[in-house]
Amino acid sequence: MSVFRTAGGDAIDRSRTISFSFDGTRIEGHPGDTIASALLANGVHLMGRSFKYHRPRGVLGAGTEEPNALVGVTRGPGRFEPNQRATLVPITDGMVVESQNRSPSLARDIGAVNDLLSAFIPAGFYYKTFMWPRSFWAKVYEPVIRRAAGLGRPPEVTDPDRYAQRWAHCETLVVGAGPAGLAAALAAADAGGRVILCDEGETIGGRLRDMPRATIDGLTAGKWIVQARTRLENAGVRLLTRTTAYHYGIGNLVTLAQRCTDAGGARTRERQWMVRAGRVIIAIGSIERPIVFPNNDRPGVMLASAAAGFLHRYGVLVGRHIVIATQHDSAYRTAIDLAGAGAAVTLVDRRARPAADLGEACSAAGVTVITGHIPIDTRGRLRVSKVAIAPAPDAAHRWLPCDALLMAGGWTPSVHLHSQSGGKVAWDAQSAAFLPGTTLAAQVSAGTCRGRVTLADCLADGWTAGGGNGASAPAADDRTDTGMSPAEPDAHPEGARRKAFVDFQNDVTAKDIRLAVREGFRSVEHLKRYTTNGMATDQGRTSNINALAIAAQAMGQTIPGTGLTTFRAPYSPTTFGTMTGFTRGRLFDPVRTTPMHARAVAAGAVFEDVGQWKRARFFPRPGEDMHAATARECISVREAVGLFDASTLGKIEVVGPDAAAFLDLLYAGRLSTLAVGRCRYALMLREDGFIADDGVIARLATDRFHVTTTSGGAASVLNVMEDFRQTEWPDLRVWLTSTTEQWAVAGVTGPRARNVLAALVEGVDLSSDAFPHMAVRQGRIAGVPVRIFRVSFTGETGYEINVPARHALPVWDAVAAAVAAAGGGLYGTEAAHVLRAEKGYIIVGQETDGTATPDDVGLGKMVAATKPDFVGKRSLMRAAMRDPDRKQLVALLTADRSLLDEGTQVVDPASPRQSLGHVSSTYPSVTLGRPFALAMVHGGRSLLGTKLAVATAAGPVAVDVVDPVLYDPSGARLDV
Amino acid sequence: MLLIECPHCGPRAEIEFRYSGEAHMVRPAAAAACDDATWAAYLYLRDNVRGEHAERWRHTHGCGQFFNVVRDTLTDRVVTTYPAGHARSAAGGEI
Amino acid sequence: MKFSGLALLRQSLGGHRGWDRQWRSPEPKAAYDVVIVGGGGHGLATAYYLASVHGVTNVAVLERGWIGGGNTGRNTTVIRSNYLFDESAALYNHALDLWPGLSAELNYNLMFSPRGVMLLAHTLHDVHITKRHVHSNRLHGIDNVWLDPVEAKAFCPPLDISERARYPILGAALQKSGGTARHDAVAWGYARAASALGVDIIENCAVLGIGRDATGSVVGVETSRGPIGARKIGVVAAGATSTIMDMAGVRMPLESHPLQALVSEPVKPCFPCVVMSNTVHAYISQSDKGELVIGAGADQYPSYSQTGGVHQLTLAVEAICEMFPMFGRMRMLRSWGGTVDLTPDRSPILSDTGIAGLYVNCGWGTGGFKATPGSGHLFAHHLATGSAHPIAAPFSLDRYTTGRLIDEAAAAAVAH
Repeated sequence: MSVFRTAGGDAIDRSRTISFSFDGTRIEGHPGDTIASALLANGVHLMGRSFKYHRPRGVLGAGTEEPNALVGVTRGPGRFEPNQRATLVPITDGMVVESQNRSPSLARDIGAVNDLLSAFIPAGFYYKTFMWPRSFWAKVYEPVIRRAAGLGRPPEVTDPDRYAQRWAHCETLVVGAGPAGLAAALAAADAGGRVILCDEGETIGGRLRDMPRATIDGLTAGKWIVQARTRLENAGVRLLTRTTAYHYGIGNLVTLAQRCTDAGGARTRERQWMVRAGRVIIAIGSIERPIVFPNNDRPGVMLASAAAGFLHRYGVLVGRHIVIATQHDSAYRTAIDLAGAGAAVTLVDRRARPAADLGEACSAAGVTVITGHIPIDTRGRLRVSKVAIAPAPDAAHRWLPCDALLMAGGWTPSVHLHSQSGGKVAWDAQSAAFLPGTTLAAQVSAGTCRGRVTLADCLADGWTAGGGNGASAPAADDRTDTGMSPAEPDAHPEGARRKAFVDFQNDVTAKDIRLAVREGFRSVEHLKRYTTNGMATDQGRTSNINALAIAAQAMGQTIPGTGLTTFRAPYSPTTFGTMTGFTRGRLFDPVRTTPMHARAVAAGAVFEDVGQWKRARFFPRPGEDMHAATARECISVREAVGLFDASTLGKIEVVGPDAAAFLDLLYAGRLSTLAVGRCRYALMLREDGFIADDGVIARLATDRFHVTTTSGGAASVLNVMEDFRQTEWPDLRVWLTSTTEQWAVAGVTGPRARNVLAALVEGVDLSSDAFPHMAVRQGRIAGVPVRIFRVSFTGETGYEINVPARHALPVWDAVAAAVAAAGGGLYGTEAAHVLRAEKGYIIVGQETDGTATPDDVGLGKMVAATKPDFVGKRSLMRAAMRDPDRKQLVALLTADRSLLDEGTQVVDPASPRQSLGHVSSTYPSVTLGRPFALAMVHGGRSLLGTKLAVATAAGPVAVDVVDPVLYDPSGARLDV
Repeated sequence: MLLIECPHCGPRAEIEFRYSGEAHMVRPAAAAACDDATWAAYLYLRDNVRGEHAERWRHTHGCGQFFNVVRDTLTDRVVTTYPAGHARSAAGGEI
Repeated sequence: MKFSGLALLRQSLGGHRGWDRQWRSPEPKAAYDVVIVGGGGHGLATAYYLASVHGVTNVAVLERGWIGGGNTGRNTTVIRSNYLFDESAALYNHALDLWPGLSAELNYNLMFSPRGVMLLAHTLHDVHITKRHVHSNRLHGIDNVWLDPVEAKAFCPPLDISERARYPILGAALQKSGGTARHDAVAWGYARAASALGVDIIENCAVLGIGRDATGSVVGVETSRGPIGARKIGVVAAGATSTIMDMAGVRMPLESHPLQALVSEPVKPCFPCVVMSNTVHAYISQSDKGELVIGAGADQYPSYSQTGGVHQLTLAVEAICEMFPMFGRMRMLRSWGGTVDLTPDRSPILSDTGIAGLYVNCGWGTGGFKATPGSGHLFAHHLATGSAHPIAAPFSLDRYTTGRLIDEAAAAAVAH
């Protein structure tokens, strides 16, 4: 079917033919083909348009380094991805592939006008223009630029696929399953211990797959790869193909992205592996460089290694009349292989005298060799048609017709992961490359990524790195070297008028780099940022070193003297889905519910998120909105009895002979004087004197306290307590236990609360004499032992019944039935907040904001100033903490009886732009018959009885400043 | 993500731990008697060193214990760990 | 040469050979009136305003590496002024007032783009604190408005306001005058303009010591390029501030932490503004190039390694996909880390130091980029006049002794 298909190709299944569409055209290929190989097999080279000049482009590479052939791929609804490298994506039947960054079509792209305007838009042009008139940047120029920029179209609907993540631990992680990586894994497997071998490719073998004539231990390369796989599997090595090591972190934590399936659906699409490895062997190979010369970017111009890959893996010939431009040895192998597959091949070598044996081999294979010449230009609009070669850029040239031009500019070892691990890189003059230098991480590089050249060397290097004895390394036939002889990076000479591309995707030319140097961008980082070289989706794989060489030449410096930009994760672009794994929706953050949650759901509760907790906010009845429901719930508490799920309050049991002394140090109040069986409200301060948390502390026994915290503060309060217990006062004999989850809490409050309990509780005398406000008793309800705290956050008589969580429901149901029988009902957090605010009780985090002292919120009396020390005491002594003009808690009543918005600012009508404070809580109150607010106002207590204003969007609203206790100031209701 | 050797539990991933500030900050013994500057220094001033830094960690999702770590802030490598209350230790190798 | 479309056109005819260095690269002089330690945006802006506003041109900016190579070139370019406390709002709004005219003033397109900054509220506590911001900001003339979820989605269509989310969106605050700018250009633009006014910008010059005379006053700095005299020294060194100040025997209330960010591969415009979330804990915008720019949280430990934990990156991406579930198939292209100097109250320090002639501007933490022009403008005033500008006065070092903190910590739970 395909005119460019040869007999070879180890990746494809010739027995089957499948098809996909490319810009609406049906393309056939075989399972195992990539989009790029299938297109090339059909003679299609034009696959994309460049970012800036919209130049027509074909593939440059055959793998992860590809800058040009980026496509959008759709595999059904929601399964669209932009910017896919056509060289990496395996084809599947029916997939839809679209080219990008072109309009109306790939062949006729209006954006190509930019190519004609290119003289006007060199590197960094946008910094120099679009400044006038001032408002035009954001309104006119930028929108145009934004529309022109961006590669593919964005995904627009929710990703339907599943992702996963898992941890793994191993003694040896080998990254890369080319010759060096396979040898390393084999040796490591022999040595024992857990071994993980991962490779980015569809299958193992790496560059070895492009060396069909190589033999290892007497086997052909292909057979040796099969044998190696069997040996590794038998040894229990975990072999992960289609798996990219994308992040190398401290502590030898290497993060892998595994592409489990391309199809998605019921199966996990991608999985993130977090691998802690005892040691890491990096064998990620090297990447060939293009040659920088004018018009080196036409479709059909590609790397020699790409042509080799397409030939050997997919059985695809990239052209019939092929010219190869090289400056070193490796391209000779490719030339011979291509000629053997039926192409007419001309090899143009920059060197005057290449190795004689290579020339002879070429002659034998029918390859024409022209030495001492370089490519200086090309022709062909949508496909290269001829190449000009000359002894030097300005010398007389001649044209060679061709339908493919291969570039062999030398090899760049991939030091990316080595650098990510914290390792240094060092210039190696012999290799003419940066190689891995010193590192503190337990890792070693092996193979071509550390400058090894021949196959035999790579195998031996990997084998040794894996812990094998050098003498027993896999032995390669000497004639099968990789041919990766060193080549100087290409510093394209100054002077050419036409565009010589360095970064193909971002359209950075040699001229751009020279311009940046001329303008003073001499640091490599400045060069990168000013020209955008290396910042495209190929991450500079083919461009960084050439750019560096050009910049070094322009500055009259050496390459190592010019430096290298830092390598950062990811090694290859990694999907957000992989990184996200399971962490979506309900699993984004754990949901904590109380033991009575189902009862609240059944009662129709509307919930709010408080930390990870779901708390019932209100219980609307048909026709009720939040205000109506809350008003009803408030009336129920004030006039009858209400039931509240207070289980989320943090609870800590503090036990030991020194428990009282410890709490005296941790809390601002004095707990050591608390009688057994009694409770006290207490404030915990930060060491800087500001309120950190509050709660009720009950003394259960001389050496045992039950401490409650805010719902959100439980963990941090325990952490602070543990910190001081363990490190500041380790001599105190005290132990701390979080009991938040152990106790479910039913709050019963209201004038009928005592009656409700009287019918339920066994073993407790509920009379106020026997069980006064702020006391704790133990008894039974429904046969379950309970702790009952007589406390109130509503201003009404109240009891908080603590039940062991696993027995919560029978108790809750019994209490709920009794409450209902008494004419009461459930109330939620919204009503609780209204009720407490009517009493002037603060909520930490609402009235306080990390800058409030106890005195600020009217709780100065909760500070036992005569204690010699407690956390925060010294800070309270500072002048600014005692300033009478600090913000203080007051209540505000609007003159027009309007409901203020929370956070509105309090002002003096005389100077309405000057904030005096803010509204911290604001509610309608059915009890008070009007809305009210709590506020923190500078010098607020001295302003009681005065009139101020609140600045609303509609203008100032007059308010009366009053005492924050608006309901039952005498506290009589606490003992009804 | 750091790998931290808890003195009680062995090497564990950083996400099990909570960083708790520079180590060996001495809380003034007679806090009430010290001057504002001394107190401010205790509360806020830190060495913030480039290089080996003694710091407190808590194995929050493990044994719950606070302990000390010497870590190189230039490379993030943990040099040694030792229990809270012990003098700064330079002993031990890298983990 | 003045930058303009016309100049670009003229140069295009001559192969762009006429462009000069954008800033001079002189050898250091023996002494300067003012030496700025740190060639980031804040330091370069300080030098520029010293020269342009105060006529102090005998100024050197010393940069250990390459200018703009610290947090200026590593941040996510968010610009806003909707801070909670009056002092903070005034400080950041001073900067926001300067941004719109800055490209023209510097003759350098900084690509300031007021595309709006939206802060999401996911819990009632978020609503409470966010509304307090809105009302406080309105009083001070800052255009921060409250949006309900439908209004928020109308402004930012990719937002998922359904109940599907673990923390559904309850509303948002939007500052339309906030936005983004091109971070590198800010450093280069200030450098070019300052250089043209006579400021010496000296790269690859590490400060090794601070020299003081018998009275204790500063007299200069020791550097990797030799001693340089200075009548006044302004330290604007972000993560390296503690190290520099230690050379003068001053301990600082700072910890330097890693902060990472990442970008996706570029796609066509799909995200109109900046969105931040404290509860879900991430923020995002789309660059002019089409990349989604995403900020991660600071690592919990201090470090100068300019790298951070991979979990910080995954946490940020998880948060983004939670709010924008269509981005699951986008790909992370690049990540990087910076070193941010955090103060105990998460507000900056612009201050005297108790040492004559030594001034410090630091502690911008995770959000200093937005303040660059204002910070430079105020610090230049301080260096030139010897006393703090009224807007900067509350940000003195002595607040840590008096307890008069400006605690944006609660509001700054997410790095930006």
